Amino acid sequence: MPLLEVKNLQVRVEEREILHGLSLTVNKGEVHAIMGPNGSGKSTLSHVIAGKPGYEVTGGEILFNGEDLLEMSPDARAAKGVFLAFQYPVEIPGVATMTFLRTALNAQRKARGEGEYSTPDFLKKVREVAARLNIPQEMLRRGVNVGFSGGEKKRNEVLQMALFEPSLCILDEMDSGLDIDALRVAADGVNALRSPDRAMVVITHYQRLLNYIVPDFVHVMSKGRVVKSGGKELALELEASGYAQFEDAA
Amino acid sequence: MNVALAKTETGHALSDAFAVARDRLPGAGKVAEARQQAFEAYERVGLPHRRIEDWKYTDLRALMREVLPLAAPPDAAALKRAAAALKLHAIAGVRRLVLVDGVFAPGLSEAGNLEKGLGIRTLRDVLGAGDARLQAQLLGPENTDSMVALNSAMMTDGIVIEVADGAALTQPLHIIHIASGGTPAAMFTRSLFVLGNAASATLVESYIAAEGAKVYQVHDSLIVSIGDSARLDHVRLIEDGREAFNISSSQVTLGAKAHFNTFGLTSGSSVSRYQATMAFDGEGSRVETNGVNLLNGRQHADTTLFLDHAVPNCSSREIFRAVVDDRGHSVFQGRIIVRPDAQKTDAKMMTRALLLSDEAEADNKPELEIFADDVTCGHGATTGALDESLLFYLRARGLSEKEAQALLIQAFVGEAIESIASDSLRELAISAAQRWLAARG
Repeated sequence: MPLLEVKNLQVRVEEREILHGLSLTVNKGEVHAIMGPNGSGKSTLSHVIAGKPGYEVTGGEILFNGEDLLEMSPDARAAKGVFLAFQYPVEIPGVATMTFLRTALNAQRKARGEGEYSTPDFLKKVREVAARLNIPQEMLRRGVNVGFSGGEKKRNEVLQMALFEPSLCILDEMDSGLDIDALRVAADGVNALRSPDRAMVVITHYQRLLNYIVPDFVHVMSKGRVVKSGGKELALELEASGYAQFEDAA
Repeated sequence: MNVALAKTETGHALSDAFAVARDRLPGAGKVAEARQQAFEAYERVGLPHRRIEDWKYTDLRALMREVLPLAAPPDAAALKRAAAALKLHAIAGVRRLVLVDGVFAPGLSEAGNLEKGLGIRTLRDVLGAGDARLQAQLLGPENTDSMVALNSAMMTDGIVIEVADGAALTQPLHIIHIASGGTPAAMFTRSLFVLGNAASATLVESYIAAEGAKVYQVHDSLIVSIGDSARLDHVRLIEDGREAFNISSSQVTLGAKAHFNTFGLTSGSSVSRYQATMAFDGEGSRVETNGVNLLNGRQHADTTLFLDHAVPNCSSREIFRAVVDDRGHSVFQGRIIVRPDAQKTDAKMMTRALLLSDEAEADNKPELEIFADDVTCGHGATTGALDESLLFYLRARGLSEKEAQALLIQAFVGEAIESIASDSLRELAISAAQRWLAARG
């Protein structure tokens, strides 16, 4: 059974249809890149999979391990193993990062019928992961993402990914706002999480990110559909020829 | 509205009640005279209504309709119910002073073995024994506000605390008002706290209901005098029953180089009003007065603060947060007056309201009157809903809707709670907020 199956998905925002019958199949262990010009519907796809309010699904379905994902609340999806790394992680003043991480991890475990982590076990785990991602302890005491640089915010997303151990990671424009050094650190963190039990969907406008996170499959989106799929070499083709050919085709 | 008619309606029922109650009210001579005058002052206005500017958001004539008869003194059964309620709200390490249905309950209190420099008496005792100095302080409040006047007329009991010059009390004092749950009734209490020069103390006030206590009215007042270089840390927690009324007033006077850190949290009662006047009487003093309203259902809670900068070189800080769900209604009125001589005053006030439903309401009324020219004053007020993007972020990380809201609400009220100077008092406020959040489910 595929981990994720998006079948003929049609999505509206207010009165406008953004996705016009999108299909995508992702198996465990695979890394898929979704590329496409601005406005092609890449971020909409990631939001609909994570369950963000404001999108109306008018047709098609999304199955996750064979279950109907669209019937689940965003928190139920997270507990099942769906993780969206945000393009713009929000700042939450007054909620300490440690408190947030602990509340989220225990909420997911509780939803799965697992016991809560004890404080020492939790602290040990966070410290290990944070050290690996070069995140100072001081950052964990601050409010969630408050005063973090762009690179720190993205590393905090990767930290959560490592901590929550989801089976599907969707990385929405992970490279936006990052310089090359920050990108490398974040990408190394993501690569460390590649595993035969986990799939990743990397959404990006630019080929650059795919030099660091090398995909197994590349899909090109245009005007709300996947218009071409191929191997990693497709990304290099796009780098040379641009998206214009697909915009005409769609 | 026919004001004259409404006044007669409410006034008559109560003047009978006053006549009936008078024999039970402590104090003769001057005290009895003062009661009579206060009652007449109350009768002239009756319950405050929306045409009285100070009460325009809290129309007691519409909300309360009538003042209930004076509560009977607690019997053995009432004291037993109060003792059970007390167990659930006991705080470790404090000296408990308990008022049940408005009457001091020695059996539930710890009024003996006092620290050096601490004196504790009851209002009944002080008004009865003819202690002229304390009586003058207790009868100090003017009859300009009709609810203060009513309290002056009807005050039945309360705690009179004196801390000697230089005494630093290590044990916090905890005044607990318990409604025992007999027949619907009103309780009228007044307490006095006299803190000597260079003394320091911690005061907690709680308002709770015993099981089965439904409709009742708390009419309380607190008079505080803080000496030169003295410091008082103060927390009030209104956790009255959901059909109760709590109308409380306080008058605080600070000497020179004095410090008052006060915080109020209202999560209980159906209708509540806390009106506090804090007046600077000596230079170099500071007040931090902060609070939180946590409301749902049809609760109405009004916090009305008046900072009187009468002398130079004093500072005040007000941070207020309201979280309002369902059809709740929160009111914050903050008035700061800087009198002509009060140069170098530094006064700031910030109030924010978080509305969790479309029908929730929050009224913020900041009022600055500045008559001196060399001062730093500022105020701000905002009202808004929970940020949807923050909610989605938290939910995408596995928090349920209620859990996500709870985390953001805690963060929202956090700034006001963080301003509580004492660690143990801060913990009390956090627990009270968490009880409210837990009750939301």
